[in-house]
Amino acid sequence: MTADLWPYLILVVVGFLPNEVWRWLGVFFSRGLDETSEALLWVRAVATAILTGVVAKIIVFAPGALAGVPLWIRLGSAAVGMAAFALFRQSVFAGVVAGTAALIAADLVIGR
Amino acid sequence: MAQDGTASGGSPVWEGYLAGCKAGAVSVFQIVLIGTYISIGALAHDLGYSVVWVVLSTLVVWAAPAQVIMITALAAGAAPIEVAVAVSLSGVRLLPMVVALLPILRTPSSRLPGVVLAAHFTAVSMWMEALRLAHRRPPEQRIAFANGIGTMLIASASLASVAGFYFARVLPEPLVGGLLFLTPMSFLVSVVRSSRMISDRIAAVAGLVLSPLLALLGVGLDLMWTGLVGGTAAYLVHRVARARR
Repeated sequence: MTADLWPYLILVVVGFLPNEVWRWLGVFFSRGLDETSEALLWVRAVATAILTGVVAKIIVFAPGALAGVPLWIRLGSAAVGMAAFALFRQSVFAGVVAGTAALIAADLVIGR
Repeated sequence: MAQDGTASGGSPVWEGYLAGCKAGAVSVFQIVLIGTYISIGALAHDLGYSVVWVVLSTLVVWAAPAQVIMITALAAGAAPIEVAVAVSLSGVRLLPMVVALLPILRTPSSRLPGVVLAAHFTAVSMWMEALRLAHRRPPEQRIAFANGIGTMLIASASLASVAGFYFARVLPEPLVGGLLFLTPMSFLVSVVRSSRMISDRIAAVAGLVLSPLLALLGVGLDLMWTGLVGGTAAYLVHRVARARR
């Protein structure tokens, strides 16, 4: 029985808790902060930098099946997605579809 | 303004929750999340996890990058403590996201369980939608509204994890690779779209440049330094620009 529960314990200890603790700290720190406060401007800038930092890391150090796609195709597809996003009046949908389609197409045509 | 639910059709909490469910159901992030979680389900299947485990990971972790890191690192035989540190670093962003979102959602009378649930649902998808839409709702409805959005998004992601797990064998590798690309691509355009201030834009560019650079240089806690250095620099530029005006 303990052997069956082991993967779930791992999930809680290495997946849930280390990730969720930031959300709980967020609840704690958000108390009394005004939504237009100066501190919040800084906090948003930090969040944005970490967010695009995660993006760059996934593209450059790709996981799983994405690692089989050459780096220049991953970077080029991200550029295609950004261009489509700008072209179609800042449409998130257009950017995501164009970038992903470009990646799959380049992967199929040019190969690995 | 009436504080208690005097509006016809039930309490403000229920009204807000239903409106949130509607907004979540038609969110453009649905497509992105379904594709992303199909790829995560397929990844987990190929690396030998059980379907229940994958769905639970979606429900309790609810952050695609953290799940990708956890699933690949555990399967590669990394020590649990190493995996926990990597997952935690990818999650640092959730702290400022929750801090930015909750002051818009909560009122002095908001109850803690609803607030903690909204914090749990906070992920790029729900955060973007709540920041964009919540201000249109009356303040006393906003926590429930955000939880409605979160419910619909996490429900689709859970179903997609199951679908990805069972279809893993028939999904071609280039398709799974493309679906795994949805996470970074959607994060990127979402951030640019929600960046209206100069500080946000500079921070976005700084994050793109700094994090792979720091990772390549072997600097520990690279994501944390990316956020602190890039974010602070961007904020200072904003202050200087404002002082000149």
